[in-house]
This record gives sequence, C-alpha cells and structure tokens, in this order.
Amino acid sequence: MSENATKQATRTSETANVLADEPKGRTGASRVLLGRDAIMIYILLAFLVYASIALPRFASPVTVGFLLLDVIPVLLIAMPMTLVIITGEIDLSVASIAGLTSALMGVLWQAGLDMGTVLVISVLAGVVAGALNGFLVAVVGLPSLAVTIGTLALFRGLALVVIGDNAVANFPPALTGFFISKLGATGIPTVMIGVLVVMVFFGVLLHFTPFGRGLYALGYSKEAARFVGIHVNRSKFWLFVATGTVSALAGVYWTLRYSSARSDNASGLELTVIAAVLLGGVSVFGGKGSIPGVIAGVLLIGSINYALRLSRVSDVVLIIVTGSLLILSVITPSVISAIRRWNHDRRLRRHVPQAPASGSTSAVHQAH
Amino acid sequence: MATDHEASARTPALSLTGAVKAFGPVIALADGTIEILPGEIHALVGENGAGKSTLVKILAGLHHPDAGDFRVDGEPIAFRSVADSKAAGISVIYQEPTLFPDLTVAENIFIGRQPRGRSGLISRAEMRAGARELFSRLGVPIDPDRSAEGLSIADQQIIEIAKAISLDAKVLVMDEPTAALSGVEVDRLFAVARSLRDRGAGILFISHRFDEVFALCDRITVMRDGRYVATLETSSVTVDEIVREMVGRDIDQLFPKEPAQIGDPVLTVRGLSRAGVFADIDLDVRAGEIVALAGLVGAGRTEVARAVFGIDRYDTGTVELNGRAYTAGDPQAAIDAGVGFVPEDRRKQGLVMDLSVGRNATLTLRSALARFGIISSARERRAAEKWTKTLQVKTGSQEYAVSTLSGGNQQKVVLAKWLATEPRLLIIDEPTRGIDVGTKAEVHRLISSLAARGIAILMISSELPEVLGMADRVLVMHEGRIAAEIDRADATPEAVMHAATASMEGSK
Repeated sequence: MSENATKQATRTSETANVLADEPKGRTGASRVLLGRDAIMIYILLAFLVYASIALPRFASPVTVGFLLLDVIPVLLIAMPMTLVIITGEIDLSVASIAGLTSALMGVLWQAGLDMGTVLVISVLAGVVAGALNGFLVAVVGLPSLAVTIGTLALFRGLALVVIGDNAVANFPPALTGFFISKLGATGIPTVMIGVLVVMVFFGVLLHFTPFGRGLYALGYSKEAARFVGIHVNRSKFWLFVATGTVSALAGVYWTLRYSSARSDNASGLELTVIAAVLLGGVSVFGGKGSIPGVIAGVLLIGSINYALRLSRVSDVVLIIVTGSLLILSVITPSVISAIRRWNHDRRLRRHVPQAPASGSTSAVHQAH
Repeated sequence: MATDHEASARTPALSLTGAVKAFGPVIALADGTIEILPGEIHALVGENGAGKSTLVKILAGLHHPDAGDFRVDGEPIAFRSVADSKAAGISVIYQEPTLFPDLTVAENIFIGRQPRGRSGLISRAEMRAGARELFSRLGVPIDPDRSAEGLSIADQQIIEIAKAISLDAKVLVMDEPTAALSGVEVDRLFAVARSLRDRGAGILFISHRFDEVFALCDRITVMRDGRYVATLETSSVTVDEIVREMVGRDIDQLFPKEPAQIGDPVLTVRGLSRAGVFADIDLDVRAGEIVALAGLVGAGRTEVARAVFGIDRYDTGTVELNGRAYTAGDPQAAIDAGVGFVPEDRRKQGLVMDLSVGRNATLTLRSALARFGIISSARERRAAEKWTKTLQVKTGSQEYAVSTLSGGNQQKVVLAKWLATEPRLLIIDEPTRGIDVGTKAEVHRLISSLAARGIAILMISSELPEVLGMADRVLVMHEGRIAAEIDRADATPEAVMHAATASMEGSK
C-alpha cells in the first residue's frame, strides 16, 4: 500500500513539474527582468527615447519639470488606488474629493484662517469623505462601484455648494512659489520629495507588511482570506480612508500649484488615475499588481500626454488616447494568458501523449 | 402493498440500468440502476457520496451517462438537456426550489409557456385560473397572484409540484424535499405525494430519514459507493436491514492510527447554540485526541466548526481553549488562541488558488514574519520552505501557483499553513475530500502523527471508514444536535449510521 502510494506521489510530482514549468517556470533574475513591472519600465524607457529623438524639445530639464508637475496628482492618488483595486474594489470619487478639498481651501483662506488651519481642515475633509466611502462599502456592504459613482457626484456637488462659481486665487506667493520650485538645475520639482514619501509609504505597505500580504489574498478570494484571519471589511475601510486622504493632498497640491481654488479642479482625473493603475499591471479583478509597475504606468501616460501636447495635439485627442490605453491595459493580460494557455496545452500534449486531448489539468494530475 | 404483483406486469415509467458517470478519473456512479413504476413512491437511500445526486442529475438531464440503459415508458431515451428531460415527463423538485421572487406564483408556474389571449399577449386571467385549478387539485390554499418572494420553502416546493403536474409529469423526483420542512409541512407534502401516486404518477423520494421513507414509500433502492445494491419492498424489510445494506463493507486498515498520549482538554464547548442551525452542543477535545464529528450532510457539523473558529457567530454558549475564552466571530482571535481550521472547500476557503505555494503556506504567519511591522522576504521564504518540506509538499518551486498542484498536495499546503502557527487544536473538515487514494493514506498518517505530538484534533468527515479508522471518539450529529457519543471500541458503521439517521431500532 505505502509503496504504491509513494510511487503514485512521485509520478504526480513529475507530472506537476512538467505542468508547473509553464507558465511560471522562470527563476530568480530572469523573473525580475521579464516580469510585468519590468516590461512596463522597458516600454516607458522606449517611449522616452523615442520621444527624445522625435520631438526636439522633449529631452530637457524643462520637460522633466512640467511633466512631473502635471503627473503629481495622478501619481499621488494612484498609490492608494493600487491597493484599493488589488482588493477588487474601486474608488471613482477621488477627483471629486480633490475638488472638494480645493473649494474648502479657497473658502477657508478667504475667511481669514491661517494657512496651517486651512490645510489641516482640508485634509481632514478628505479623511471624512474617504471614511464615508469606506463605511458604505465595508460596513453597509454596498458595491464600491455604485457607492463611489454616487459620491463622485455628491462631493463635486458639495464643492460647488461650498465655493459656488467663484475662484480664490490670492494664496501667499511664497507658498505657491514653493509648489512650482525645482531642486536646483535638475528640473525636478521640490514637492517630489513629499510625493516620494507617499510612494515609499504605500510601496512598503503593500509589499513588505502583513497588511499588504492580506490585501493580495483578499483580492483573489475574500472567503479564503477570512479563513486565515484577515479582517476583510476593516482592511477595505482603511483603504478608502487612505484614498480620501491622499486625494485631499492632491487637491491641496492642485490648488497651490495653479494658485486657484475652484469647484471644478481636478475634474475627470479619476479616469487618468484608473487608466494608469491598470496600465501599470494591476488587475481590475483584484489580486494582481505592484507599486513599481503603477509608477511606470503613471509616468508612461504622463509622458504620452506631454509628448502629444508638445506636438500640438488637441485635448480631445488626449482623452481618446487615455481611454484607448485603459482598454488596451485591460485586454492585454487576457490576450497574454490566452496565448500562454495555448502554449501550455501544446506542451502538455507533447509531454503526456497518453492523456486524453480534452483532459483538464487536474484530470491529468490524478490520472498519472 | 398493492404494488407486489400487478407491479411487475406494468411497464416502468422510468428505468435506468447500469448507468456509469465519471468525471475525469473520478467515477461518481459505477452502476446507477433504478426502476420507477407508475403509481408507486420509490425511495432512494445511501450514505453521503453513494452516488444519489449523480443519479438524480442524470434523470434531470444535467449529466449525460457514459454508459447504461435509460428508458422512459419502455422506450430507450437519451437526454441532451434539462429541457429534454422535462419534455419526457420527468420533473425534479429540489430541496430548495429556485423560483423567480419578483414574479407571481401563477407566473412562476407557467414561466416560458404562458397562455396567450387572442391579442397575442399573455392572458393573466387564464394563467390565474390554471394555477387555481392546480392548487385545488393538490388541496393547498396558495394565492396565485401573490409574488413568490417570501413564500416558505414548503410552499415553493408545492409550486414546483404544481408546475410539474401542469407539465403532465409522469415521474416526479424529490431530492431530500423534507430537509427544510416542519412536521405539518411534511405531512402536507406526503398527502400531495400520495394523491399524485394514486393518480398514476411515479415518485422517486430521496431522504436520509428512515421514518419518512418507511411511512411513505412502497419500495426502497439502496446505493453504496456509486453502485446499486438492492431494491426492497418496504413492507418486508426493517431499518436495520437497510442500514446494513447501506454500510455493508469492510473497514480496511487504510488508516494507520498511531497510539497517542491523551492529555488535558484543549477545546471545551458548552451549550453552544445558534438558532435554526445547531443547539446545545457540548464538546471536549483533549490533547493528542482525535474526535470525529460524524453525521449526514446538513446535520450542522461544519456550522459548529465554523462557529468555534469564528467564521460565524453563535447565539449562546461558551467556547474555551485551554480553559480560556476568546473573542467570538473573529478568526484571528481563534488563531491567536491556538486554533487552526482546514475547511471543507479547499479551492474556495482553504487556499488562495492564484497565489504561490509559498505565499499560501505563510498566509497564517503574516504578523509572525514581520519585524517592526516589515516582512522580510528571506524569513518568509525560509518559513515556507520549512513547512512545505515538513509536509512533503511536491512542488517544483515555492513560486508556483498553488492551483498547479494535485488535490492531495494542495491539502498538504493547507495543513502546512496551519501547522506553521503551531496550533493546539486543529479542526479538519473533510480531510480527504477529492484526494487520490495514495495521498489519502498519507494525509491520514499525517493527522495521526499530529495527534501523537499532542495536538487536539477535531475531524469532520462524511466517510465512515475514515471516521471509524481515525477517531478515538465519535460524536454523531443529527439535525443540529449531538445525537450520540461513541467510543472507538464501540464505533461500528451501524451504530454511527443509526445515530446519524436517528433511527432507534438498532441503537440498543
């Protein structure tokens, strides 16, 4: 009996090796160099090289400065958004939260509060807005798509109530000047230091903490996650608070960079953020994705937009490009996995010729 | 009674002989044989996994048998779909019918074949009249105009039966229809079934409750391990004989239970209740002891385990580990207290199938692997390697998705991730479901050696040989309560089955 069992087990393992060689048979260095993140970075570099050659004014410190200044709000919000999408949820209200924060800043500043108080209250508004999303999704149990479409309209509406059609522009020049200042001759905006802190924070949170490990698990299977003690709803709640908070930071940045507090600031930004996150390799179905990939995705979308604008392409086309990239980023993984499956089946047939042609993977495991 | 002699002369309304159905290498049905005469109520009994459901699915047109002879009214027939089965006059009433909640009762009965008026539009009046007539024939007062939402399960079944009658069903298959019914509702269902029989319909009645089988049915077909065993006249057999036919097999020495030092109680459960699910559960598991929770599917075994582990809440009662209570309804609290849980559905609950072997193996260790809140990949890899090696998980690399492993190896990964937490109590729900025979013995040996190391083990199993071979003590659940406690020495298939089906004859 036991001899039989061992034999069977050995055979199972042999088959498993053959099967498992695909598609994840790469090891060590080659996995890092051929991973999805790496491919995104190659594409980004290739595009930058191409743009530098094709567009005479592209390769300069001025480009670096403007490109980054433009991309900072997207980069900021994309960080917590990555975590939210990995858990299989989505937050569409981020741009409206940024708009609401901007409107609040304007009104509070106008009312004569000192800048410190204005900033604290504005960011707290983002925390509260995120907590409302989190409450409706995690505690009440509503689908995040529906909830955040609702709050997308709600928060934008509130912004309009707060500031109306007015624009507040008289922010202290020292402060607004700081927001567009550069680090020496590099062209890199000074505020990138703060953005870097946010990126590192979410990168570490996702990739190197128990909390982050839990997010991947619950993105793939909420039920299995519960069975290892992951607090599914609590995790989701705090992620929505995080997107709210970071969206408020993006709103503050937007207001001070353009020195303009308006209710329609950052409108439509959620589309770019989600496109960048998905382009960066995060699966809309949850479970897959990484911060380095998303950073590359954000920079790629930003560079494409900037290059198109340099070539005097109209804003309408920019939106079309963003939309197309979004669709492309969702389709590509499916196409790749279809190709892999086809390859895998072919290899399987070659290795295990006696297996029935229609046999599924698990059937082959048990049969041999 | 009346069926004896005239019966054999009649053409069976339905007959299935030697049906075979395999799913890949797993043979779910090796010999599916049943013969239903017009005007009889025929019971189908067998243990969990005896092949009853597969047989029903063949009759319903959901599965296509790989071999076998299938006749309706003496004519050979092959169903390609559920619609074919319905057209041939077979209607299946499931335990929990699926009506459309937003439609009215009458609309549910005539769904897809609504009577039309002269204008070509649906004639509501005709539909209502039709439904009313069906209900009066069945003798049940249900308003055809009310919406199906909020109807009791019993009423929903009646509506399914009404639908079957309106389709001129010759054979009605009822798959455990009484499982969710109260006493009065069962009586009404039986009255309806008898009146249908008297009008010439054949009824196949599947139930675990022998009192019902004996009260209602004319003949009984017994299945075991995917095979037809016997068809017996109800009037000439006893419950004991049926039980013997159901379990009649030798317990082979497949399960090497090591002797273990049994110590102090680890898990102590007192008066645990959850309304409508389980009640008054008292339960002790000692260090080094394997306690099996036996019983039929739906007896509440898994629900008790889920409550102990904190997946579900409970209404009243206490759960203590080593004499200390822990927060209810929070799996993390249970894990911290020293409980591990290998759930019954490996693919959905036990593992995150798309994650790697290594990540799955260390998923329970998230906090333990972190130093100052940061997980070190090296420590994570070492932990994964240590535990998958200990359990001899056969995988090419820790990086492979766990879904690429065989069922047995997947189960070992689940065990690995719980052993990594060094639990004091391990709850294992269906330890060897869907695992090939070779690995099965390996899993059993593993469980036994864990007990020998002093871990308290609570095992839920629907396989009698596994229960009898592994357990030091068997607790048998029946309808949410512990019906019997049997020591290893006294645990026989008959004793367990009698307690599980709550039939009193054989217990003393």
